[in-house]
Amino acid sequence: MSDLRDLYQQVILDHYRAPRNFGALEPVSACAEGYNPLCGDQVKVYLRTDGDVVAAVTFEGVGCAISTASASLMTEAVRGLERPRAEALIASFLALMTGDGNGAAGVDLGKLEVLSGVKDYPVRIKCATLAWHALRAALEGEDSETVTTE
Amino acid sequence: MTAPASLAEREPPPAEALDVERLRASFPILAREVHGHRLVYLDNAASAQRPEVVIDAVSDCYRTYYANAHRGVHALSEQSTDAYEAARGKVARFIGAPDSHEVVFTRGTTESLNLVAQSYGRSHLKPGDEVVLTEMEHHSNIVPWQLVCEQAGARVRAAPMTDDGELDLDGFAGLLNERTRVVAVTHVSNALGTVNDIPAVVELTRARSDAAVVVDGAQAAPHMAVDVSALGCDFYAFSGHKMYGPGGIGVLWGRRELLAAMPPYHGGGAMITRVTFERSEYAAPPQRFEAGTPSIAPAIGLGVAVEFLASVGLDRIERHERELLSHTVAILNDLPWVRVLGPGAGTGSPRAAVVSLVIDGVHPHDVATILDEQGVAIRAGHHCAQPLMNRLGVPATVRTSFGMYNTREEVDLFVSNLHEVRRIFG
Repeated sequence: MSDLRDLYQQVILDHYRAPRNFGALEPVSACAEGYNPLCGDQVKVYLRTDGDVVAAVTFEGVGCAISTASASLMTEAVRGLERPRAEALIASFLALMTGDGNGAAGVDLGKLEVLSGVKDYPVRIKCATLAWHALRAALEGEDSETVTTE
Repeated sequence: MTAPASLAEREPPPAEALDVERLRASFPILAREVHGHRLVYLDNAASAQRPEVVIDAVSDCYRTYYANAHRGVHALSEQSTDAYEAARGKVARFIGAPDSHEVVFTRGTTESLNLVAQSYGRSHLKPGDEVVLTEMEHHSNIVPWQLVCEQAGARVRAAPMTDDGELDLDGFAGLLNERTRVVAVTHVSNALGTVNDIPAVVELTRARSDAAVVVDGAQAAPHMAVDVSALGCDFYAFSGHKMYGPGGIGVLWGRRELLAAMPPYHGGGAMITRVTFERSEYAAPPQRFEAGTPSIAPAIGLGVAVEFLASVGLDRIERHERELLSHTVAILNDLPWVRVLGPGAGTGSPRAAVVSLVIDGVHPHDVATILDEQGVAIRAGHHCAQPLMNRLGVPATVRTSFGMYNTREEVDLFVSNLHEVRRIFG
């Protein structure tokens, strides 16, 4: 079962059982939903920015261990980053998942590396990237203020 | 002479048990390995595997006599046409259809249901009319009705299900009225295995409306003897690939007088008798509904698949699968961290070949990945039945579904791997 241990590492199981930054965010600058029609997994990502800095990210939703842990780890990883750094991190993480080496240059994924085992399970890659696509949409949506609350 | 036992107490005559090992040998794919383990295929409700006779029949068609059907005057076309029409006759006999002209070949259950919705539905639904479905329908028996209702200004109503996943017949009857034009109901739920009482549905419908009764038989045809005449419904749809036949072929059975009055679904070749630019005259059923070149080899393969099912014996298959089902539910009910969904969970309510479950604290997708590593193929997700999942209050389930070739040992492997899931997730 060595392969499965690579996939279900303790860090992932820990973030699945006790997801960090779980829940709605108030006040919020933007939010975006991710939905995987194949499995019905859904995640809602909330973003608060302070100037050019990602001040906080939280998420809500129902998902598997991979999607929940990935969202939880993401909220920790992007907090405090300036927007370009956050965007680069998203690109690097997505590149790690799709096995595209080009996107990862110069960005240290740190703790997120625990999710690298997912790329060996092609059908699960969408689970791991769901929240990241939603965060990217929230970052883009913030400029046009498409989704905001007071 | 001893007093005869009452009919209710008397056991049905024991059918000769299925020789599963011998049967397995006729399914070549079951010999393969997945991730270094022998394949344990428990995803039959999604699609079953094919026996060698079906694979050979399709291969033989392409190798030795394939040509277009209903077209040429040459020998191959005649041979293909004969084989294609013979398959129609075999399917008609298999489902107790009084007339093989009532059997329309389609691409599958989904196309069959779309055909009924767009042809029968569209010509009968008027603004304010209603189509009555149930909460346990597959998306393929919901969306086609939503589409036609939108076109016609009619509306879809869903009959309620009990917490145990059984159709609430009183609630169903309460929805029927003079505006009901169509009742569309599944014979067996793909997500829960619930077996609906179709004759009761038909009786209630006839007493309260003029509606046609459309039955989604995709999950019933591989598992039990289906007799459309005895069921009393008006349309019955099913797919080849779930009943050990080829993919890309399915069936719509319809009452002859209803089919005869229905407008075409698709237009094209083979479904007309005469075409001018002013108008076309349509062929009689079933050709009217089979525009274009049909799936000839798959239809022939389906004919062989139903003969195969009949030779194994639907009664024996049903008994074998019911034993697997009781065995599975009995083990799972002893595991406090597993919740079995659906009828009665072992109380003996009618249920076919499907066990849906959830595990405390573990998402079905993770269960499916861990089982796959051990060669055990199951389904995780919403099973194309999102309204049903919402009704049960779960985002997804783990579904194991049986075919004639599954064994108790495979069920035990499935369960022991659930323990492994539990161990990994602690």
